[in-house]
Amino acid sequence: MKITRQGFFWVTGLATLAHAGRKVLAAAAPRRWAMVVDAQKCLRDQGCTKCIQACHRAHNVPQFREPNHQIVWIWKERFERAFASQQSEYTAETFRDKPVLVLCNHCNNPPCVRVCPTRATWKREDGLVMMDWHRCIGCRYCVAACPYGSRSFNWVDPRPHLPVLNTDFPTRTKGVVEKCTFCEERLARGQAPACVEACPDKALVFGDLADQDSEVRKLVRARYTIRRKPELGTQPQIFYIV
Amino acid sequence: MFMFEKAVTGSRRYWLWLLALAVVIGLGKLAYLYQFSTGLGVTGLSRDVSWGLYIAQFTFLVGIAASAVMVVLPYYLHNFKVFAKITILGEFLAISAVTMCMLFVFVDMGQPTRVLNMILHPTLNSIMFWDFVSLGGYLLLNAVIALVTLDSERKGVAPPGWIKPIILLSIPWAISIHTVTAFLYSGLPGRSLWLTAILAPRFLASAFSSGPALLILLCLAIRRLTKFDPGREAIQKLALIVTYAMIINVFFVGMELFTALYSQIPEHLEHFHYMFFGLEGKTTLVPWMWGSVVLAAVSLPLLIIPQARQNERLLAVACGMVFLSLWSEKGVCLVVCGFVPSPLGAVTGYSPTLPEAAITLGVWAVGALMITVFYKIALSVRESVA
Repeated sequence: MKITRQGFFWVTGLATLAHAGRKVLAAAAPRRWAMVVDAQKCLRDQGCTKCIQACHRAHNVPQFREPNHQIVWIWKERFERAFASQQSEYTAETFRDKPVLVLCNHCNNPPCVRVCPTRATWKREDGLVMMDWHRCIGCRYCVAACPYGSRSFNWVDPRPHLPVLNTDFPTRTKGVVEKCTFCEERLARGQAPACVEACPDKALVFGDLADQDSEVRKLVRARYTIRRKPELGTQPQIFYIV
Repeated sequence: MFMFEKAVTGSRRYWLWLLALAVVIGLGKLAYLYQFSTGLGVTGLSRDVSWGLYIAQFTFLVGIAASAVMVVLPYYLHNFKVFAKITILGEFLAISAVTMCMLFVFVDMGQPTRVLNMILHPTLNSIMFWDFVSLGGYLLLNAVIALVTLDSERKGVAPPGWIKPIILLSIPWAISIHTVTAFLYSGLPGRSLWLTAILAPRFLASAFSSGPALLILLCLAIRRLTKFDPGREAIQKLALIVTYAMIINVFFVGMELFTALYSQIPEHLEHFHYMFFGLEGKTTLVPWMWGSVVLAAVSLPLLIIPQARQNERLLAVACGMVFLSLWSEKGVCLVVCGFVPSPLGAVTGYSPTLPEAAITLGVWAVGALMITVFYKIALSVRESVA
């Protein structure tokens, strides 16, 4: 078969298009970002706050001495508080007071998004529950709606309360709500969330639940995991191995 | 213009009262400027208790606004002539109350300069958007109705025919404002105190007792301070409405208590425990809740026993009690206790700060000022006609 110059261009052109098309399709297939927290591994060093520090430093989360004004994106909560309905009086010694890492659950059916009157908080295709700090009017309806206490409000100007300033990430103004965004800015660069990267015990596993072969999918399939308040129908996307 | 010339002529007492209100408004404004520049951190609110006095006042006042329907409905739907003299008072009360509601939401906003985002990005799935729509619509309806009917009265002619359908529309609309306001709360997962189907009916019952109770007090004050007499029969009919609504309200609260206490589901129980006894030593709200219970318990026999109700002195006492009881329950406890314990079980105390109280008083003073001026206009029109 004779290959003409025109034919060669056609074939290579179509092949390139097809390749690009496949890539685009693969990228367009909805991802479902999720996290598995291995509480056993996390408990190895109960005083460890590396993930919290990494997150709060990366995102310019202010630190307040006044507890009423506290802002947190990821923090440690006592087991009995994080999993209020799953304790008994006999779990006391073994588990009740143990710290559990909690953050925004990036719910598949988020009540905060449902209530926001300005769509300043919304859910992305890939499951990330996002926050627009420039649109938020500070009504705090989302704070009332979140059953996990994952949302913080800037009661005063946060900027004087930043221990270090990360110039690569926006700071916030007073009067807006903020929370964990699953490191949307890092995901866009193909990096894992800051907390996942900072964990020395690899207790935090992040990935795409929609992908059959992802590590999170395998873990959720193989191990027994629990979620916070699944009975509320919010479909939280943070899974805990306890 | 809008008969406002009637508001700028008055006795020395009238002007002194307006001056006093202006002083309170001025102090509230100063406190608000402080809050505006520093942030909502000047209030007693916190991460756990993120709504407080402002939103509770808003909730209570939506009820006062909705209660205008209790005079509008008998008068326009059943042609109950006794209310002819006071219908306009109910409508002006509604206008003032809705304005206060809007001010309370406004002072609670973290970014008040972005308030137009509510209109620029209308969000149909947000109950707050619908509350905004229903409150705004109600304000407009009542403003149009009050001005048109009063203007007709001034001219000594029958109101134009087109106002009738608008008046009829305002009746279900009044029900809607308090229903939607209840939905703000009762649709939230994880806030067990509010997650109850009876919240909207309960809001309506408390609205239809506290609102007419306030209207009775205003009528009695008007009779004492001006030449205008709203009429004994009108006041007695209002008293009957207060009585029935208060009984229904107490019954509904009993329903709530039964469900929580008998099911013994901790999430439902804890909020009531905090309300009535406190948790972890935090008992700030306990006196307010018991105060509300005692006032309700004493007001009921005063209202139910005909001899007591027909005695206007005792009626005034009973109405004051109803108003204070429901204010304490709805305008203080119900909103705050929904946040305690938090979804994570944290028990965080809340007491309003001085600036917060000053702003709250300032908004109330705006309402009082509006009522004074509106009533002055309405009564002056009546006097000049008569």
